[in-house]
Amino acid sequence: MALSQKTKETLLGPLNANNPVVVQVLGICSALAVTVQLKPALVMGVAVTIIVAMSNVIISLLRNTIPMRIRIIVQLVVVAALVTLVSEVLKAFAYDVAMQLSVYIGLIITNCILMGRLEAFAMTNKVWDSFLDGLGNGLGYAAILIIVAFFRELFGAGTLLGFRVIPESWYVANGGFYENCGMMMMPAMALIIVGGIIWAHRAINEEKK
Amino acid sequence: MFEGLYKLKEQLRPNFEEGGKLHAFWSLFDGFESFLFTPNTTGKRLGSQIHAGNDSKRTMIYVVLGLLAVLPYILVSYIVGLGIEFTVAQWKHEEIAEGFLVTGFLIPLIVPINTPLWMVAVATAFAVIFAKEVFGGTGYNIFNVALITRAFLFFAYPTHMTGDKAFIRTGSTWGWDGSHTLIDGFSGATPLTQLATGSSADVTFMDMVNGLIPGSVGETCVWAILLGAALLLITRTADWRIMFSIIVTGCITALLFNKFGAADNLVAQYPWYMHLVSGGFLFGAVFMATDPVTAARTDCGKWIYGALIGFMAVVVRVLNPGYPEGMMLAILLGNAVAPLIDWCVVQRNISQRAKRASALTAQRSNSESGLTSK
Repeated sequence: MALSQKTKETLLGPLNANNPVVVQVLGICSALAVTVQLKPALVMGVAVTIIVAMSNVIISLLRNTIPMRIRIIVQLVVVAALVTLVSEVLKAFAYDVAMQLSVYIGLIITNCILMGRLEAFAMTNKVWDSFLDGLGNGLGYAAILIIVAFFRELFGAGTLLGFRVIPESWYVANGGFYENCGMMMMPAMALIIVGGIIWAHRAINEEKK
Repeated sequence: MFEGLYKLKEQLRPNFEEGGKLHAFWSLFDGFESFLFTPNTTGKRLGSQIHAGNDSKRTMIYVVLGLLAVLPYILVSYIVGLGIEFTVAQWKHEEIAEGFLVTGFLIPLIVPINTPLWMVAVATAFAVIFAKEVFGGTGYNIFNVALITRAFLFFAYPTHMTGDKAFIRTGSTWGWDGSHTLIDGFSGATPLTQLATGSSADVTFMDMVNGLIPGSVGETCVWAILLGAALLLITRTADWRIMFSIIVTGCITALLFNKFGAADNLVAQYPWYMHLVSGGFLFGAVFMATDPVTAARTDCGKWIYGALIGFMAVVVRVLNPGYPEGMMLAILLGNAVAPLIDWCVVQRNISQRAKRASALTAQRSNSESGLTSK
């Protein structure tokens, strides 16, 4: 299936040129909170992607029947229902990660990316386009989360997805020279990494222009 | 000799200019040129300015003269920091600034002597990139770069920055002195850490003044700091208002804690003269807080800025057992609010003048109307 130019833009735009985190600077709070390790960040990324895509589809289906005055409430109900579903699924099949993510799964309801996409896209576009838009935005968010978590877990704990990357024998405690960077464990460093990504992203896009 | 050097420089110049063989190293050439030969630009004669046109290069070199050395750390911090500076200068086609010569000198003086060199390198790189270059380089940084280096080390590698072993040299330098073992029962914690953990400090006032205590390289010997302070004050590189204000406020705060602080808090009961000579208080007041780029620039603002730092340093020491030394955090806080202080001072000045002017015109029109009514 060949994608038309517009479809391509809807799906792939949020991954780079119109990224929800580094260009629109939305969803920063959760990007700071769940990126200490790679695994929770991955799960969070997938959860948000599913919820944005699904809620976009549902709102797009209902878009002509929702009264304008109460549209925010309707949107919130749809998102809350989906978040509860995802939260229950996680508790059933990935209990450890669900515990690590704790309140942040519930807080997806308040994630600016969701409301932003529903208001800006799903309310005025057709179902298939809305689905692609949700998918693209969710993946764009997940991509940034994964990059941030990669650096934080690698330099903060010396592991990736729980597997040891930096050998134990390098550590000072075992007679080596290396020490984990405690700064990486702090939310402040996540903000600095996001800043660094924005910097690099702009520098690259600037060159293209 | 200087003439010869100048001629040599002029001979080499074409190589580095646009189109020359060595143009890639123009910023290096330019940096050394303006560093060795006085830059001949002055501030524009346009209105009044609170940011002096005095070139930072000339100011900064005096600060370098006011300090002492720890070789491997200086080498590491210079190579990493200047490497980044030269790269950015070349990339952005800017001229290189000497600000880092000071920063690179200060870093070794404020980190514990047992810090591994690679940690210093990482922290220096972080500070130069994120505290300085992203804000536009030397002269535009909001925070003192050397202090950001220390803050990064402090939060990233806390086990190396505090505790018993951090401040006593046990490793080897250039292959010498590697065999030091500590006597049983010797405590290597700094006096402030001892106090914060609840044991009384076992040092006298004179030990502190002479520098015979564990601590970072630059901060222990009061005589050396006073010497540096004298040089900075005589050359008018640093501002006496800031130093004076910090020290006086610090003493007053300490006295208040002595009077009203909890009796079981050892740091609160620490006498004011001990607060003054312990930890980084004097070093920070003399070399760190007075940094002309990050300090307040108005005279009145300098008093407020200094008072804030002196007060906060002692408050952090006393009230937060997690941070036995509050000077670093106090100065960083001072840096953060310095532009705000300046803004308020300038605004107040403007409104006062406006008030005076309007009062004057009102008076004049009154007397004029009085004349016409007659």
